[in-house]
Amino acid sequence: MTEIWQGLTRAIHLLISFDVEVVEIALRTLSISGTSSLLAALISLPIGTLIHFRRFRGKRALINIIQTLYFLPTVIVGLFVFMLLSRAGPLGELGILFTPPAMIIGQTLLITPIMLGMIIAALSGVREELLETATSLGASGPQLSLLVLREARYAVLAALMLGFGRALSELGVAMMVGGNIDGYTRMMTGGIWLATQRGDLELALALGMILLFLALVVSIVLNRLQQRRTQ
Amino acid sequence: MKHDSSAIKITALTHTYGTREVLKDVNLSIDRGEVFALIGPTGAGKTTLLRIIDLLETPASGQLYLDGRPAPQSARQRLDMRRRMSFVHQKPQFFNLSVYDNVACGLRWRGANEDVISNRIRHILDTVGLNGYDRRDARTLSGGEAQRVALARSLVLEPDVLLLDEPTANLDPISTTRMEQLIAHVARQRKITMVMSTHDMAQGQELADRIGVLVEGKLVQTGSAADIFRSPRNEDVARLVGTENIIEGTVVANEEGIATVCIGGEAEAATIEAVSNHSAGKRVSVCIRPEDVTLASTVSHGSSARNTFSGTVTRMASFGPLSRVEVECGFPLVALITRLSAQELALQIGARVHATFKATAMHIVERSTDDRST
Repeated sequence: MTEIWQGLTRAIHLLISFDVEVVEIALRTLSISGTSSLLAALISLPIGTLIHFRRFRGKRALINIIQTLYFLPTVIVGLFVFMLLSRAGPLGELGILFTPPAMIIGQTLLITPIMLGMIIAALSGVREELLETATSLGASGPQLSLLVLREARYAVLAALMLGFGRALSELGVAMMVGGNIDGYTRMMTGGIWLATQRGDLELALALGMILLFLALVVSIVLNRLQQRRTQ
Repeated sequence: MKHDSSAIKITALTHTYGTREVLKDVNLSIDRGEVFALIGPTGAGKTTLLRIIDLLETPASGQLYLDGRPAPQSARQRLDMRRRMSFVHQKPQFFNLSVYDNVACGLRWRGANEDVISNRIRHILDTVGLNGYDRRDARTLSGGEAQRVALARSLVLEPDVLLLDEPTANLDPISTTRMEQLIAHVARQRKITMVMSTHDMAQGQELADRIGVLVEGKLVQTGSAADIFRSPRNEDVARLVGTENIIEGTVVANEEGIATVCIGGEAEAATIEAVSNHSAGKRVSVCIRPEDVTLASTVSHGSSARNTFSGTVTRMASFGPLSRVEVECGFPLVALITRLSAQELALQIGARVHATFKATAMHIVERSTDDRST
């Protein structure tokens, strides 16, 4: 118990004093996960809109597959990207394994299905009558898509936040394709894992507290968005 | 090329939802600048017909002509054509935006600049009596306000054709009157082609130049309000326009255009004389509007009315200044008289009265063999 208490007070001290290592890892995490989320959003928004509006054979099956990928273990994505980027892999020539771009690719692959599925669900929540009103008021196909995205904006933002949260908290991809290299690819989850292994509980707790704080921010934003949706 | 004055022309149009035929062989032509009311009970196919005109649906068969040209097939051409029309739905739907932005949507989609949009919105909100509502959240409006904003949102587009689907169906009487006044004002001022659906005959009479009666997907009758009101084509139309007395019978004689119709069973047979060309032997329904039935405590021998029946009052109800009186004279008869007359006659349930109606006041329709009426 004493050890935990000491760990907590030391962790708070690390946070208050803006410890270089802690700040560096936190900023790197935000940068890599933020970039992954941005890329996943850029992929998911147009594709999600397209899937929602187009009628095609196998649409339901495709949505089922996307939803199944919500539960994709991070280590499976890590393994897949590792094989892709390893020297013998099809993209081995790029030489980006164990670099931040490799982690961004992995995280993007991990969170895109979540964002995509949630965006499709969000767009489905817009009432058919509203679409018909817009159509009869003269909206073209693209104008209709933008309108639906705007109508579902809170639910769509919630989908993006959920993807960001998943990227922030994952460990498998960061470790397997990032390599947890100090000062280069170490993220908060990897940092916590290593610090715990080394017995540096203060650092592990400090990073954990930042991670929880970021999760809290994501959760608050999500709650606000949900409230605005129901207003 | 022959000039076609029709804004909307529909030929042999049929539409189905699954196996259910919702529109059956509809033929209709609506002139430019005409106000046309589609009247029919709920589920008659009025909304579907409006949706087809607005190119929101494609009919299963038949042809729709807009402005003399067949309805386009390509999405782009359909959009261009749809942008010349505007549709006010029965339950207006609003985007999660202010009143101003809701009204502005259609103009923005057409690429209008913000100055034009601002001017037009100010003017149109003034027309519908909603000045100062521009910043309000459109989804917090009352039913009457919402319907007026929906009308403004359509009118601001200055359409060639305005489609209105039961525009007062969900409104209270005051809002209904206000909406009707607005529609009448728009029809007078703007001279746009209007097609409105309603189940309210009085509303159709008041607002429309011409009426079409839609029953179970069939356009049963089109004509002026007076035509349909006085000469309904069949029992369904008669019921729809408020003819409460529909009495089945058989024409037993016709002399010089005066038909004698035998009604009731053989034991209690009674005859009605009506101006009609139907020949002897025809099975008919005699339609008498309740306001054409007069009641008296004694038989007036000086009256020109040919049909007088004695009966007993079985039911009475008041409707504002009028009283609805049900009389059993061997067949049930409903009369609509002023409350003052009812008081003067000292009418009450069980009272004996003489019901009279003129031979010219009736309308006789031939009963079809598949007549469902009882």
